[in-house]
Amino acid sequence: MKLAPILKNGILTENPTFRLVLGMCPTLAVTTVAINGIGMGLATTFVLMGSNIAISLLKSFIPEKVRIPAYVVIIATFVTMVQLLMEAFLHDLYNALGIFIPLIVVNCIILARAEAFANKHSVIESLTDGLGMGLGFTLSLTTLGSIRELLSNGTIFGLKIMGAGFEPALIMAMAPGGFMLLGLLLALINKLGEKKA
Amino acid sequence: METFKSLLLIVLSSALVNNFVLSRYLGCCPFLGVSKKVDTALGMGLAVIFVMAMASVITWLVQYYLLEADWLAALGIGDLRFLQTIAFILVIAALVQFVEMVIQKSAPALYSALGVYLPLITTNCAVLGVAIININEGYNLLETLFNGIGGAVGFALAIVLFAGIRERQEYADIAKSFRGFPIALITAGLMAIAFLGFQGLIR
Repeated sequence: MKLAPILKNGILTENPTFRLVLGMCPTLAVTTVAINGIGMGLATTFVLMGSNIAISLLKSFIPEKVRIPAYVVIIATFVTMVQLLMEAFLHDLYNALGIFIPLIVVNCIILARAEAFANKHSVIESLTDGLGMGLGFTLSLTTLGSIRELLSNGTIFGLKIMGAGFEPALIMAMAPGGFMLLGLLLALINKLGEKKA
Repeated sequence: METFKSLLLIVLSSALVNNFVLSRYLGCCPFLGVSKKVDTALGMGLAVIFVMAMASVITWLVQYYLLEADWLAALGIGDLRFLQTIAFILVIAALVQFVEMVIQKSAPALYSALGVYLPLITTNCAVLGVAIININEGYNLLETLFNGIGGAVGFALAIVLFAGIRERQEYADIAKSFRGFPIALITAGLMAIAFLGFQGLIR
């Protein structure tokens, strides 16, 4: 199998957030500002690549019946690694993401890729799939984070975009804004998809 | 009396003010996935209450009597707090499996009502979330139990109300591009605004 289509599949065709609508909790929870979106996305990408490689390597050793607990342990190991690394080197981001770093374990995207892709494909293909899915996730989170940061604070990545007369819409930084923005973006993507088809 | 008051505050706070789904974004996947019908939403809600209450207590015990227990230091191991994520998810997965088997043997009627939802709960981040929140907040065992129950009741309340709205939406004439997830997310957003009204309940 060629690697480029696998990569494109994760980023666009089966974008985890906008196409598969998986992993909603971190997607909505951390995207109040763009930088948290990128941080969460890259942390998830690391875990996805690591778990995909490990599961692909071990696929013939893991008995069919206990595969889900085995996958969960592998995923939890990589999450713990990310958690410790971020606590040591990116402490501000670690505090901002808080409880959602350990919760990467229960992000459905990771288990879904283990089950649907990594246990059937070679190591290189699984690695590429993890990278593609992870980048797709990062892209979606950064987009959501940028829009919410712009509307709630007038900035993107902390840079001032809006003029002095801008009235921030605080609701965008709170839970309702997250739900509604994602709903509107999904509708927009559906609309664009309709025209093409 | 004082304890009762603080426990009541914890339950109200985790069920309504900081509702798990609508203000902390925990447990969104089942919230969006299993909310097409009120019956199934109620089944999921009840199963979550059951598992979350038990998981809160057991993970609390694991944290304080295993991961950072005094006897570890006596053996010269230090503490094992860095294993929290792995230990908690394993405990929850095992607990869910165990609960499933017990209910199947002892209460077949309950099993046929909840059975399908039980395995799904392992990946419900509200369960792992409440376990970690309990530890971060430094709750004692009783507070942990009530925080678990409160959070789960809040989840059940939100998912049942949401399913009620979605059942009615089935008959509404919704623009094609908004059908399915988009309108569900916007509905959830409006519900979250309604739940913001509880914010003044506790000072």
